[in-house]
Amino acid sequence: MTHVKTIATSSIRIPSDGRACGECQTSCQSACKTSCTVANQKCERVSK
Amino acid sequence: MVYIFRLLQRNLAFDVESGSLFEFDDLGVRVLEAYAANGGVRPSGGSLPDDADTAGVADEIDRLVADGTLFSESAMPAVEDLYPQDSPIKAMCLHASHDCNLRCEYCFAGTGDFGTGRRVHLDLETGKNAVEFLIRASKGRRNLDIDFFGGEPLLNMGVVEELTAYCERRAQETGHRIRLTVTTNALLLDEKRIDFLDAHMDNVVLSLDGRPETHDRMRPFAGGKGSYERVAKRIREFAEKRGDRPFYVRGTFTRNNLDFAADVAHIESLGIGPVSLEPVVAPPEASYAIREEDLPAILAEYERLAVQCLESCKNGSSLRFFHFEIDLEGGPCAFKRIKGCGAGAEYVAVTPEGDVYPCHQFVGLPEFRMGNVNRTGDDGEVVLDQGLRARFRELLVPNKEECRSCWARYFCSGGCAANSYHSSGSIDGLYGIGCELQKKRLECALWLKAAKAEEPPVL
Repeated sequence: MTHVKTIATSSIRIPSDGRACGECQTSCQSACKTSCTVANQKCERVSK
Repeated sequence: MVYIFRLLQRNLAFDVESGSLFEFDDLGVRVLEAYAANGGVRPSGGSLPDDADTAGVADEIDRLVADGTLFSESAMPAVEDLYPQDSPIKAMCLHASHDCNLRCEYCFAGTGDFGTGRRVHLDLETGKNAVEFLIRASKGRRNLDIDFFGGEPLLNMGVVEELTAYCERRAQETGHRIRLTVTTNALLLDEKRIDFLDAHMDNVVLSLDGRPETHDRMRPFAGGKGSYERVAKRIREFAEKRGDRPFYVRGTFTRNNLDFAADVAHIESLGIGPVSLEPVVAPPEASYAIREEDLPAILAEYERLAVQCLESCKNGSSLRFFHFEIDLEGGPCAFKRIKGCGAGAEYVAVTPEGDVYPCHQFVGLPEFRMGNVNRTGDDGEVVLDQGLRARFRELLVPNKEECRSCWARYFCSGGCAANSYHSSGSIDGLYGIGCELQKKRLECALWLKAAKAEEPPVL
């Protein structure tokens, strides 16, 4: 490998309209029911 | 902020504000650490070796800094922009039954009744009131979620079926999408119920702790006999019917099975998954509660589990562990990442009696009762304790001092309010053990991303 390898870039975004659409699942509704990992939730962006 | 760590022979760097991930060789990481010690700026004045390789690394780092993927500035939204109007309730844990056909030793629901001494089922009218409360409270939200929970919800299967039909009808009438989930111990599954859940549930969460001895130790019937054999059989039957559609096998580990990677491996060997295996939520005095002294063993076990997942991926069977499933290319937006799980603000639990709590983990604690879906005010709306709700709405990353400087803050988003409450006495306190476990799981998830990028899975 070179000295630096990029695995992923810039995953944290503010929506283009600067607003939260609020349509994604709340975290505990998935599988854990005890310990929250928000980052494995899907974005379910809708334009309003 | 850049979080630099070495795990399982890899030097990884995670840029916290942008969510970018890099792998460095040994020279590269030494140069990066010099940048970090110099506030993210190229060091000068002889603090780096004067050779072409080092200069080349520094040039690469400078490019990444200029691209905004290393030492990036915060682009997080301001708290006041998060909920410009309101944070409507859009998800509900609906307790179909406060009774259970198992007597799990670690049950946070007090083996079904949440410590109330009353083993009761949700009646249809209260259930409908709960659904109507959710629809009205959700205001502009289209996607709504209801999880049939317990106790064991299938003990009240008739009401679950009727409420499912009711939700489907009301979704059509109101234009909402109401996603249904059930969380069950699987004991009461039979062909007819499997068909029903497969047809109507967007997600199904099935409880299995892993190896027979692990499961049976903590999840016996009332008479003390272990439930593994029946549960594993039913879950296999469900998984066969379900195919690739969403479901999770969800288990718990305690200090009795700190070698829990073997339990995940066992579940994988049954051909069922994906898997979520969670650290037990327990009072500190419980014999099975996880203690500070268990941390080294648990952290090492998560690393073993990460290696297991990689091996599985390379072998084509692709073991999926819930907490390692981080989407670095997509995932939730910045808003979601600072507001966390939404308990008490966007998410509530409703008991068989109709009582509303911030989430299922708070059920039965009188000081957290927010209202009752059967009791409305003069305007016909369910009366909620807005002061209590406001306290939960404030549980945001920027409002938590310990979280503001944590590299994992946009992954866990401040953690679980119930865990904080149980460990510190305050919903905005810190659950230190939980933080350490979460950070290790995230390190492992990032390591898996790097390892898979190098060794593409066999497909």
